[in-house]
This record gives sequence, structure tokens and C-alpha cells, in this order.
Amino acid sequence: MNIENETLKKKLISKNRMAENIFSKIFFLSALISIMSLIVIIVFVFAKGVPAILEIGLMDFVFGKLWRPSSNDFGILPMILGSIYATIGALLIGVPIGILTAVYISEIATKKIRRIIIPMVELLAGIPSVIYGFFGLIVIIPLIDKGFDNGGNSLLAAMIILGIMILPTIINISDASLRAVPKEYRENSLALGASKIQTIFGVVLPAAKSGVLTAVVLGLGRAIGETMAVILVAGNSPQIPNSIFDRFRSMTANIAIEMGYAFGLHQEALFATGVVLFVFIIILNLGLNLFIRKVGD
Amino acid sequence: MIKLLLRNSKEKIIYGLIISSALITMGILFWIFIFIVMNGMPHLNLQFIFSNYSGEETGIFPMIINTLMVIGITIIIAVPIGISTAIYLVEYAKNGRVVNVIRFSVELLAGIPSIIYGLFGMVFFVTILNFNWSILSGTLTLSIMILPTIIRTTEEALISVPKEYREGSLSLGASKIRTIMKVVLPSAQSGILTGIILGMGRISGETAAIYLTAGMVPRIARGILESGRTLSVHMYLLAKEGISFEEAYATATILLLLTLILNIMAKILSRNQES
Repeated sequence: MNIENETLKKKLISKNRMAENIFSKIFFLSALISIMSLIVIIVFVFAKGVPAILEIGLMDFVFGKLWRPSSNDFGILPMILGSIYATIGALLIGVPIGILTAVYISEIATKKIRRIIIPMVELLAGIPSVIYGFFGLIVIIPLIDKGFDNGGNSLLAAMIILGIMILPTIINISDASLRAVPKEYRENSLALGASKIQTIFGVVLPAAKSGVLTAVVLGLGRAIGETMAVILVAGNSPQIPNSIFDRFRSMTANIAIEMGYAFGLHQEALFATGVVLFVFIIILNLGLNLFIRKVGD
Repeated sequence: MIKLLLRNSKEKIIYGLIISSALITMGILFWIFIFIVMNGMPHLNLQFIFSNYSGEETGIFPMIINTLMVIGITIIIAVPIGISTAIYLVEYAKNGRVVNVIRFSVELLAGIPSIIYGLFGMVFFVTILNFNWSILSGTLTLSIMILPTIIRTTEEALISVPKEYREGSLSLGASKIRTIMKVVLPSAQSGILTGIILGMGRISGETAAIYLTAGMVPRIARGILESGRTLSVHMYLLAKEGISFEEAYATATILLLLTLILNIMAKILSRNQES
């Protein structure tokens, strides 16, 4: 009887061990899917884009000012500059407003107000990008057209819309890092006679700087990668904009607009545009990682 | 009280800037919502919602069904993988090189713009695997895209389960896997669900990636290998081609309401988690 029990127990344990093993393998394999996906994405996008860059010539492609697929001119400098300008503008608008809103939420607002404003920021984050683009099209563009009589489609319109779109990213992450600053920092600063404002800008924000920087970089990534919203307000002419009132085309727009009918080298050049965008994003992420590690040490 | 803390006019100005930034943020949200809903409501009726988009009809029913289908299938694919990954990272992995690589991959996946996902889906699923422009190509692409969202929120939910729960279960003789399934996951349930709902929001609002992979046929897809236009893609085409602003407003209103509902659901769930 006792012996039977023992063998039964052993059987159960070995069965448990097997289940344990199988499950832990499943979990591990699932975790590998993210790595594999990333590799496959990089390999296939690059495999389709890099040959086009080689055929066109890296310099001609990246620094070429003329994009005219019908006569085999594939220069994407206007799109690179367009994306960079629009992103800088979005940061100029979104970063100050975003950080100050985060300061308000974490340092000034009462608990009650915080409980109202945070869900609102989350809602702002959930609005589909095509809605932001539509809003830009029907509200921002007519306003710009009225003020500057340029038709409205412009770099400025894209800057405003992107500036709004990156607000939730910047607010959420800045707010989280501001709130992670220990209470004692504030108390000590106030006890030393600093005012609330001095405390916020002299002590709390500097202490949260790596979080705030992360927020800015992620906002940057979102702005440079945004597609549909930009298409709807940019005018999309593939020329280098001379002022913020000019029409322009972003790298993302270049891909989305022409992909529908492109084939051959033209299509590959669109993938190559994606490669350039991808390189921007990878550099951004690596840079941020290095920076955070440095600050962390 | 706050007035007492402000020293001089410079501080008053800064304080004013902080308040106005918060007001601008909230104001923009109200502006978008009120403007679109006010203009969309007059065109919103049952016929618009429940009729087809062909010939005389300009309804959005096929797009609603396609959107629901895309959300459902993407969730079915991405959620098990995402939750398993999070379980591995939180419950099994010891800090090491593999874990760092996994974390870095998830981070980078989260940072890749949706248009790049679209490009990838187009070469890989549409062309190489020959799924064509279809619901399948679209949902597979989106599954990878929302993995980071699911993984992160599940990770957070798992981490917030107190250690004592696990220790208690293990000391009662339950195996590790049993502890995870019967104790840890149920305690983290509402956090995980919040992540899934946020993922659903991201899927329903996605345009660039799905546009390049699922195509834009404005009919109900009769199988996962057929192309089908989602609400967001429909919205984009209406606005871009200037087909009809009335329809665009009404479609935008539906999309906004969907966003609102999903956000409220997520909020209720995360409140449950807190209490």
C-alpha cells in the first residue's frame, strides 16, 4: 500500500515536472518571437530596399534633390529634410507644452484634478492618427490659409498636428518620472527657503531629466514615423520647403502615397525610403539606450 | 495658498505658463471631440451604420465588420504570445544576455513606425507567403505591432502581484506552473485585460500598416484570405480623396466613440485592479 503510494507520487511528480518543462519551453519560445520578428522585419525591409540604394547610388539617393520616378530620378533629400523639419517643429510645440502639463499634473494639481486630467491625456493618446489628420485638414488648414493665404497645406500645419500628437507620450512619461523623484528632494528644497517654482525647476526636473529625455526621444520617434496625419495636411509636393508655409512631403508620406501604383525600381526606392527612416529610428533608440545606461551608472 | 509661494512676477509668469499648458492640452481634446462629434452627429443614422458601400449606398457596415474581424483575429494571435512572453520575463527569466536582447527587441518593436510594419507585411505576408492583400496579412502584421503593448502591460500586472501569493501557493505544494495559472494570472487579470483593450484601441485606429497589407476593398471580407477595408482606412480615403466630408465626419464620430468606449473600459478595469 505504502509502496504503491510512493510510486503514484513519483509518477505524479514526474508528470508535473514534464508539464513544468513543457510550459517553461512554451514561454521561452514565445519570448523569442519578438526577437525573431524584429530580425525578420529588418532583413526583409532591408533586402528589398538596399539593392535600390546601391543601384541609384547612396549619395544620389540620400542627397538627390529631385524625386521624379517617371524619369528615374530618385533623390529623397526633400523628404528627409521635410521629415526632420516637421519633427523639429513638432518638438518645439509639443515638448514645452507637454513637460509643463506634466509638471502641472505631478507637482501642482490636487488629487481630484489629477484623476480627471490623466484619463483625458490617455484618451488623447488613443485617438487614431487619421482623426488627427482629419482635424488638421478641416480646422488647422483653413486657419492657416486665412492667416497666410497659402492654401493651408504646409509644414506649419504638420508641425502643429504632430506637436499635438506627441503630447500624450511626452506628458505620460515625464509625469511618471517626475513622480518617481523622492518627496524628500522637494521638502529639503522648500525647507532651505526655495519657492515652489524654484524647487520644480531647480530640483525636481533636473532629478527627473533622464525620464524627461526619454519622453522627448519617444515623442520624436512618434513624430518622424507618423504617416496618415501628415499626408492629410502636408500638401505632399516632393520639394525642399523654403519656409514653414510651403508644402512638403515626409519620408513616410512618400512611401504610403506611391506604394499603391509603384513597381520595379520605383517600388524598391520606396522600400529604400523605409530603410532610411528605419536607420533614423534605430540610431534614435540606440542613442537613448546608451544615454540611459550612462545616466544610470 | 499657492499665491503665497510665488515670489515675484517672473514666478507668476512661469506659474501661468504651467497652468496654460495644462489648459491647452485639455482644450485640444475637447476641441477635437466637440468639433467632430457636432459635425458628425447630423449624418449619423441607422442607415449609415447598417448599409453597404456600393452604388447609391454610402454606409459603413462592411467597414465596421472588417474592423471587428481584424481586432478579433489580431487579439487571438497576439495575446497568447504576448502573455507568454511576459510570464517568461517576469516568472522565469534570470537577468542575463538573452533577457536583455528580448527586452531590447520589444523596445525597438514598439518604436518602429507603422508604415515600416506595413512595408514588411507587404513583402513578407502579401508577396512572399502569397497571402495577398487580405485580412490574414493585415492581422499578422498588426499582431507583431501590438505585441509590445501586450507584453509591457502584462509584465506590469504580473510584477504588481505580491510575492507572498506565489510563496504561499508554492509552500502549499503547488507546482510553479500551477501557481502561475491558478494564482498569479488571476490576480493580474484586470491589468492584463487593460492591456488587451489598449491593444484593441491601437488596432482599430491603425491605418498605415493595414492599408498596405489588408487592402481597401469596401466589402465584408468573406474569409481571412480576402481583402477588407477597415474603418480607419475608410476614414483616410474619404478625407484624402475628398469624397464626402459628411461621411468623413460621421465615420470619424464612430471612430472617436469607439476610442472613448475602449478607454472607459480600460479605466474601469484598472480601477478594479487598484481596489
